Amino acid sequence: MEPLNALVSVTNFMLIPAFAYGSQLALGALGITLIFSILRFAHFAHGDTMALGTAAVIGGTFFLQAQGIGIQPLPTALLALPFGILVMVGYLLAADRLVYRYYRKVKAKPMIFVMASLGVMFVTNGITRLFMGVSETRFEDGQRFIFTVREFRDFTGLAEGMALRSAQAITIITALVVMVILFWFLNRTRAGKSMRAYSDNEDLALLSGINPERVVVITWTITAILLVLAGTLYGLDKGFRPFNYFQLLLPMFAAAILGGLGSPLGAIVGAYVVAFAEMGITFAWRRVLTYLAPEGMEPSSMMQLLPVDYKFAVTFAILVIVLLFRPTGIFKGKVL
Amino acid sequence: MSAFLIGEAMTGGYGGADILHDCTIAVEKGEIAVIVGPNGAGKSTAMKAVFGMLRLREGRVRLAGEDITALSPQARVGKGMGFVPQTSNIFPSMSVEENLEMGAFIRKDDFRATMEQVYELFPILRDKRRQAAGELSGGQRQQVAVGRALMTQPSVLMLDEPTAGVSPIVMDELFDRIIEIARTGISILMVEQNARQALEIADKGYVLVQGANRYTDTGKALLADPDVRKSFLGG
Amino acid sequence: MSLTARDLGLFAIMGAVLAMVAMFQSPQLAVTILNMSLISAIMALGVNMQWGYAGLFNVGIMGFTAVGGLAVVLIAMPPVPEAWAAGGLGIILGLMLGVATILAAVLVYKRMTPGRLRGLAIFGVLVVGFMITSYVFGPAKQAVQAVDPAATGYLGGAGLPVVLAWPVGAVFAAGVAWLVGKVSLGLRSDYLAIATLGISEIVIAVLKHERWLARGVNNVTGIDRPVARPVELQPVPWVQSLADTLGWSVSQTATVVSGLGYSALFLIVLGILIWLAERALNSPWGRMMRAIRDNEVSARAMGKNVTRRHLMIFVLGSGVCGLAGAMMVSMDGQLTPGSYEPLRFTFLIWVMVIVGGSGNNWGSVLGAFVIWFLWVQVEPAGRWLMEMITSGMDVGSELRRHLLDSAAYMRLLTMGVALLLMLRFAPRGLIPER
Repeated sequence: MEPLNALVSVTNFMLIPAFAYGSQLALGALGITLIFSILRFAHFAHGDTMALGTAAVIGGTFFLQAQGIGIQPLPTALLALPFGILVMVGYLLAADRLVYRYYRKVKAKPMIFVMASLGVMFVTNGITRLFMGVSETRFEDGQRFIFTVREFRDFTGLAEGMALRSAQAITIITALVVMVILFWFLNRTRAGKSMRAYSDNEDLALLSGINPERVVVITWTITAILLVLAGTLYGLDKGFRPFNYFQLLLPMFAAAILGGLGSPLGAIVGAYVVAFAEMGITFAWRRVLTYLAPEGMEPSSMMQLLPVDYKFAVTFAILVIVLLFRPTGIFKGKVL
Repeated sequence: MSAFLIGEAMTGGYGGADILHDCTIAVEKGEIAVIVGPNGAGKSTAMKAVFGMLRLREGRVRLAGEDITALSPQARVGKGMGFVPQTSNIFPSMSVEENLEMGAFIRKDDFRATMEQVYELFPILRDKRRQAAGELSGGQRQQVAVGRALMTQPSVLMLDEPTAGVSPIVMDELFDRIIEIARTGISILMVEQNARQALEIADKGYVLVQGANRYTDTGKALLADPDVRKSFLGG
Repeated sequence: MSLTARDLGLFAIMGAVLAMVAMFQSPQLAVTILNMSLISAIMALGVNMQWGYAGLFNVGIMGFTAVGGLAVVLIAMPPVPEAWAAGGLGIILGLMLGVATILAAVLVYKRMTPGRLRGLAIFGVLVVGFMITSYVFGPAKQAVQAVDPAATGYLGGAGLPVVLAWPVGAVFAAGVAWLVGKVSLGLRSDYLAIATLGISEIVIAVLKHERWLARGVNNVTGIDRPVARPVELQPVPWVQSLADTLGWSVSQTATVVSGLGYSALFLIVLGILIWLAERALNSPWGRMMRAIRDNEVSARAMGKNVTRRHLMIFVLGSGVCGLAGAMMVSMDGQLTPGSYEPLRFTFLIWVMVIVGGSGNNWGSVLGAFVIWFLWVQVEPAGRWLMEMITSGMDVGSELRRHLLDSAAYMRLLTMGVALLLMLRFAPRGLIPER
């Protein structure tokens, strides 16, 4: 029995990656929830917009790298973030002007908005691939590890090693900081409160003199920031492939619905639930259990509940189970 | 007639057939005017027409002598009209204090004094100011709704059935508060189902039937009028 | 049949465009476009039943077509006796245990009173059932997959005629739809969207991963075809004489003849489906469905069991998608799970339905033709455009190479723009509902 080694192993292979992945999902799911509560539709272009935002950051990164500008030991991409955010704010606001605003004016049904977002999805998808192609692009630079497996082993003297990659650490820290700022914005500032008011009761918000178009602009701006951050952090962590971003749509939606659509706190909790469940169920527990089992009782199989290919099935199963018992999600959300 | 707020000879509806027919509603400064009548008489419609939520085919609305017929509801708020809708009149997930803040959204000056006045008027709201408005009881929610409308320091406060769905005790309490508000010089225009109690506190009463004025008099006179009693107040 | 002169005109224009492709590009290309358009038309028809008749938002079309495609493998491929001997029994037993586990969980859910205890009991049943199932299933699966993995490594099919796979594909897809619908319909409207999105990803994951079933990413190729292949047609005398008359090469003629054989089959299927769909739409049942779609609340108030009607139409529409999926696989003669992409198999079909005119069956068919034509033709057009743009550039230039490479993605852009323009300026589509 070596519980310490088991703990290190599970932290290294499951907890840290799941925490990082959950943070990336949370930023994305927050955007979905914000758009849902203000603009009142399911934003299907979310994953692809995220990809385009990341592509902009990658473009900026490559430019900076060519100029020899960097912020060692941190990845250059962080320096390119403002550029990516600027591009995405412009892009989303342009999409709103050209596409969604008209449907707001004619008070179209939510489904029409969803269809329109499918159109935006295709366009965004095409633009991203025009720039980036479909193959994987890696843009992580700077110091790769905060500490490596070897350093950890030498330091602790344990048999099992643990590494913390810079990308993971940056992801977790950034996500937490951004969440704190977002909650401060929503709960403490006039603009943030006006967003919540608009989400709560549109008519009364109008009556109180809140300008809906302004609320919409703020919402897209925040969404752009969240998207670019989520996409860049995901890309730093796992590499950039447009299709992977498209596939994030399912876990992000699952997280937002799971937490309760329209509830920012719910989106975050939902994201971590999805991430930990996905990782936990597709994780091979053999190594961990070997440390925990009494002598001679070590498991012989992989002790993996489901192959990694089925992580979507896990997401989906959790969603089904939670919504069967609590249809409004963990935190009371809205019904579409 | 040159009342402080007057909807004069209003005719119109929501696009289809007219609901209001040559209907006139007015309220004097610091007085309470009450619109009563049977179901479907166009009581709420008349109030919405005064607030600009419905296009008038004929007639005009004047506030302090100024013709505001063409203004949007939002612009009327800016002119000093406060409106409390009958339903969904609060921001349920926001705290009581935030509800009041949102009421003062268009104000650029310091509104803390006004908020203090609202808390003095409805002391329970001060105790619950950090609580989400949606978690409060029906009567308390109505207080939040009225408080929100008062945050713009309106000269006229319009209430659409403020006592719908609250208990008689809470209703009396709300009416007391409304009298108190009127004493500060704010005109009150209100639609009420509880006709008898409402007319008791009314300076002026309007009995509407099918979108037209049937009886118009002081609250006391209407209560005393045998016709009104028989037809609308249940004897 | 409610087609106006204008609608017929639109179809005639589409036909003329295809004829022009045959004349100026190549007849093979025209036939390929025609066949895929017909298949897409059937998919769009299925989606239109769900969306246009009942307002159900299905974003898992890909999953239903893939399930239909799986049926082709399971019906038409010869069985692999060695694999059956190695682990067939274990796999069947494992699957049955899996189903039994789920049934047991459902039973617990229905019999026990709601509460924490019930949750725990369900969880317990699932965990124990899962462990027993994987204990039986795992080794059997390994054994099957170890049988000559380069050529088979799966159980094979039933060795039946391939056309039989089409209705079976429809039934498979309908079965999956029934499960999805049972869980998600009647709860919340967004639930179906996320459920279908999820299930389609799961179906593809299963197809890719479960190699004992259909070889996974190793693909099943060489599936029997319902129509003679071009190679078999080449020596046939009448094909050779036809080639002489047309002045085409024999191989070209054989390809076109083979393709047209599929077209004929597909047209028959599409014709029957459209006839049925139109009959249904204009029957009291169809009017009721549309009444439910337009005002669910009042339909419910009138005592209609909306959820049941929705489930029925959802199963029917998904079955049609499965049929189309089976037809596509039998035309290609192979099942390649890796090629199923949601953009192509789910969202493109949606573009077809919207552009064609949701609620109108003929609109869906026309939409399928127009959009599939664009999908195929925009790529060469984009390449041509890029060549124009880059013609002044240095041949070895990096930018030029990049631009030429990315021409393929013009089609996504075009689809998006087409959808947005239609939605904005002609939201009722090319052939509106009437």
